[in-house]
Amino acid sequence: MGIALTRAAQWTTASSGTGKLEITPVNESLLKEILEFVEQFSSRHPQEAKHVFKEPLQWTTSLEASDFKTEYDISGPSVKSQETDKDGRPMLQLTPPSISVHSFSQLSKIVQLAEDKRLNEVRACLEANRDPVAKMLGPSLATVEGEDSSVLRLLGKVKEGDQAKEAEIKVNLIILLQQLDTQLLSNSLKQISQEVRLSPAAVKNDVELLKNFCSEGEKRVLKSVQYTSDYEFTNGCRTPPWRQVHGEICYLVIQPCDTEPLHITCSTAGVFLNGGIRQEGEENAYDRTSDVYKDLVTLLKSKSPHFAENINKQDFAVQKEPPTQKIQHVELVDAEEQGQPQRSYEHQEKNVHEKARQQLVQNKPGGKKKLEPSLKWKNLGLASPYEEADDKKSKKNAASEKFAETQEKMQKKADFSVSLPGRQSSNKTKDDDFSESSSESEEDEEQPERRTESNTDLPSEYWQIQKLVKYLKGGNQTATVIALCSMRDFNLAQETCQLAIRDVGGLEVLINLLDTEEIKCKIGSLKILKEISRNTQIRRAIADLGGLQTMVKILDSPDKDLKCLAAETIANVAKFRRARRTVRQHGGIKRLVELLDCVPDSAALTEEQEKDVEVARCGALALWSCSKSTRNKEAIRKAGGIPLLARLLKSPHDNMLIPVVGTLQECASERSYRIAIQTEGMIEDLVKNLNCDNHELQMHCASAIFKCAEDKRTRDLVRQCEGLQPLVTLLSQADNKQLLAATTGAIWKCSISMENVAKFQDYKALETLVGLLTDQPEEVLVNVVGALGEGAQKPANRATIRKCGGIQPLVNLLTGTNQALLVNVTKAVGACATEPENMAIIDRLDGVRLLWSLLKNPNPDVQASAAWAICPCIENAKDSGEMVRSFVGGLELIVNLLKSTNKEVLASVCAAIAKIAKDEENLAVITDHGVVPMLAKLTNTTDDKLRHHLAEAIARCCMWGSNRVLFGEAGAVAPLVRYLKSKDSSVHQATAQALFQLSKNPNNCITMHDNGVVKLLLGMMGSTDEVLQEAAAGSVANIRRLALANEKARFPTTVPESEAV
Amino acid sequence: MAEMSAMNRKLIQNLAETLSKQVKHFNKTEAECLIRLFNGLLGDQSDRRVGNGLDRGKFRNILHNTFGMTDDMIMDRVFRAFDKDNDSYVSVKEWIEGLSVFLRGTLEEKIKYSFDVYDLNGDGYISREEMFHMLKNSLIRQPTEEDPDEGIKDLVEITLKKMDHDHDSRLSYADFEKAVRDENLLLEAFGTCLPDAKTILAFEQHAFQDPLER
Repeated sequence: MGIALTRAAQWTTASSGTGKLEITPVNESLLKEILEFVEQFSSRHPQEAKHVFKEPLQWTTSLEASDFKTEYDISGPSVKSQETDKDGRPMLQLTPPSISVHSFSQLSKIVQLAEDKRLNEVRACLEANRDPVAKMLGPSLATVEGEDSSVLRLLGKVKEGDQAKEAEIKVNLIILLQQLDTQLLSNSLKQISQEVRLSPAAVKNDVELLKNFCSEGEKRVLKSVQYTSDYEFTNGCRTPPWRQVHGEICYLVIQPCDTEPLHITCSTAGVFLNGGIRQEGEENAYDRTSDVYKDLVTLLKSKSPHFAENINKQDFAVQKEPPTQKIQHVELVDAEEQGQPQRSYEHQEKNVHEKARQQLVQNKPGGKKKLEPSLKWKNLGLASPYEEADDKKSKKNAASEKFAETQEKMQKKADFSVSLPGRQSSNKTKDDDFSESSSESEEDEEQPERRTESNTDLPSEYWQIQKLVKYLKGGNQTATVIALCSMRDFNLAQETCQLAIRDVGGLEVLINLLDTEEIKCKIGSLKILKEISRNTQIRRAIADLGGLQTMVKILDSPDKDLKCLAAETIANVAKFRRARRTVRQHGGIKRLVELLDCVPDSAALTEEQEKDVEVARCGALALWSCSKSTRNKEAIRKAGGIPLLARLLKSPHDNMLIPVVGTLQECASERSYRIAIQTEGMIEDLVKNLNCDNHELQMHCASAIFKCAEDKRTRDLVRQCEGLQPLVTLLSQADNKQLLAATTGAIWKCSISMENVAKFQDYKALETLVGLLTDQPEEVLVNVVGALGEGAQKPANRATIRKCGGIQPLVNLLTGTNQALLVNVTKAVGACATEPENMAIIDRLDGVRLLWSLLKNPNPDVQASAAWAICPCIENAKDSGEMVRSFVGGLELIVNLLKSTNKEVLASVCAAIAKIAKDEENLAVITDHGVVPMLAKLTNTTDDKLRHHLAEAIARCCMWGSNRVLFGEAGAVAPLVRYLKSKDSSVHQATAQALFQLSKNPNNCITMHDNGVVKLLLGMMGSTDEVLQEAAAGSVANIRRLALANEKARFPTTVPESEAV
Repeated sequence: MAEMSAMNRKLIQNLAETLSKQVKHFNKTEAECLIRLFNGLLGDQSDRRVGNGLDRGKFRNILHNTFGMTDDMIMDRVFRAFDKDNDSYVSVKEWIEGLSVFLRGTLEEKIKYSFDVYDLNGDGYISREEMFHMLKNSLIRQPTEEDPDEGIKDLVEITLKKMDHDHDSRLSYADFEKAVRDENLLLEAFGTCLPDAKTILAFEQHAFQDPLER
């Protein structure tokens, strides 16, 4: 039964691991027979049925414990048989959903138990155990092709007599199984020979013919024939992939003259009516609602009497044709598939290559062309159907002869195109001995990959391009060049042509040409590749075919035209990551960088030098594409690309500058490049090109400045090169959003330097920027607001923003969702809020509430930025305490942010708390929310910014109730003392103030004193900062006072020393 | 003997002087080298008609061995193009003039030369038949095809469509020139009749290496 299972059964390719048995008549009868065999086994061969399998058969069952009756131990969902083997293991074990069975007797029982589910059980068992014989009797008896000596060996064992008894049973068993196998095979053979399986090509042909019958007039047989889907997969199917697994090829709606429209499914098993699939029908629409017919014509004949009548009147050779073609396919496929009866994963992979080759076979128009005339002839025959019978007969003969001829030719073609000699010989043997059953299953397997050959609904370019590709393949250098030149006359920018070249196998040929020695062919091929690689699918295909490797090699060629073309094509292909990696891994970056070496700007260039410049331009284009990957940026730098790019930056030509600046701005994301741009004097050139009249170039320059101006030195350079004014001028180009984004970005980053802000003030940049706060895309807004935020650090600018009406749009932007934008908006609003007049507007617009709600934003940057912005608001708002209290849950929210792990968030929240705590009522509320222990917990930090604001907050919070004591108990004092050792003077001030507040509690004084605070404070008292001085002195005074009181208590007679302090 | 070679050298130098003035791509030294090469090639030839120059067979051998050409018909045509006076021999003057275009010709010179090569009957037009004749071996014949010439005919039509600008079903010099200027690849549209860059380099290195050693 092993052979029958592998050969005759029709497995689907639905999953790669375990196959599924398709629901087809052949399989059904196979299953039924196996079922019968198993069912009767234990009664017919009781001894053999007890034989314990070498390995259990295991599968996923639908049986449940409740299905089992006597003879089984049932415990919960699992079941064990009482029958055991000699080691005491149960012969059957069920732990849902898997079941394992050790003998035929148990199998028989299961089949009986399963009742109406029996067929499913057998199917599941066979699907899970592809070679059951091997499991039953051990791998030495696994199903093998050809002569099998294992049985003989086993017989030998019987004679030896050692384990005679068991071996004998084994032999009996195997003989029984093989009998079954033979029986199954012969039965399925009978079935298969009756059935002709359909292929997409055959169906398509049928449909085309039927469409011809839909003509107007009295002779028309059908009203219309339509596919439900216009989209055709590359394998020729028009069904969705999940239906293709079931072998379905396409759905049709045929409207006969005399009945309702018929909804028809064409599948490999045959043609049948469905539940009415129109476009994307519901699932049950796919169900079969009629018998299965062998082809469309037969179905129509039985469904439409009108059709049957008329079609019979017109005896055409049509009906002869599809089967003939089908057989051709069977042979073709078979020829390629021989020797691999067992399907496996690798096998499928291999098919991918085979597909390409097969495509080649089918694309040879020779075979096809032969088919065409006969089709036409048939149509002619249709037009005059009343010819004499004899005549028809002879024509029919002629037709069939012609087909025989065609078929032979097709076969030869196949031989011709199959390049592996081994395969060719296998073709021959296959022709002799292939059995129809095997061809059936294999045809099915191949089917999803087959392409249709119909020539309808394809544009004429397709056929012309196919022809040219044929000449490319079969021509010498001269013919190849002619074909290449002619191909260039097509509109290669059009997707139809691009894909046509790919679909007829042209890409392979074009890429192969690059590997030849013929320069003309290479140039011609690259000229085409350069154009069609603008298409993303083509790019991927080129990369898949290894085209990039070859093109990288061409970069070494001495021919400059060739280098240019290769670089330009690389520039097009390297638009996705894998391609860029390939270029790098094959040494492409280094070669491309070498192309940049030329003299770009001398006045009089020789012809050769001009060509060098062109080569460099193409190289820069390719590098531009490649520079989108971080590792490529690094590779460009290592290959010495930066000085070369710097030199090309001096070029006077826009078409050179665009890719060069494009590459630079792309690479400026790396620090090494930013430093290089600064030190190699490229800023000057970038600024110079800001003044050109090419928007694209201006954009790249601005964008490069944007990325580089994080660095102070660069910002200064931009100012010194007088780059700020052109940037402001560019703001007027508000229609070009990309340019605007880059310009505003550059202005933002440049504004980080106050000198630049002053310049921008002179150029009235802020006025323009405020105008850009509305109706702009987010990438522009982020930069505009960023620039305003930096500008607003200057008081004059804050007033300017207000006067230009910038506050309202800024506050409105607080409701946005873009996090980068929110960070900048909060910063800008915060900066504006430092001006009381601005604050009044913000307050009126309810801006503080909006800021406060941003504390809930999940992004810590936004949280921190919002908290920072809240500080000046509280400080400058009228009745700020009342305002803060009015935010329901607001104080709890901000206190809880002290649990954050982000230092910036913590620092900003501490700062905000320090402001909030100025209001006594609010301080009481936050104390209730547990602010004291939370602040105390943070004191161990080493971050100076956090220390500063934390100390400030602690100082403020000490003002309420017993908070001083609580801070001391929470251990906040000792760490604070250490803050005095920090190098940051702002930390000192805040800390001294906190210590002054804390020192009002005696216990804290003791702790401070123990931590050596006095010496540190004495140092601070000498500071020039008066606030620090005072706080330090106050703390020392408090400590001293405590000491005095102590002494007084101990030595009450001693003179008070308080005067001495 | 020494006297003889000295006289010979004098002669060669004079000849080189004259020729290098007539031909624009070679200087005197290069011309001299080429004359020596020519003489060397002649020397191998049977002495009978030394005076006339290289005969067809000899010349074709050079094209084949040195410049890697294979197409018999094109080689014949190249010989014709070199042999300007049609006396079936390439004289030393024709040799230098021919090589001037062959190795270093400008695009214009090469267009003229290629057109001369392809215009088989010399009537000033490349006709359909001539194209067919030149292209007939350019496709691999597939025994399965009914009409083995179908591909070639089609190729001719493609070429005409691309190059025949005045639509008179033949290529005039103007047609050819325009097509080649538009697309340089078409310079050798009907068969290789010019050496490629690599071969030129190899030949020039060999021919011009050191005149004294020759």
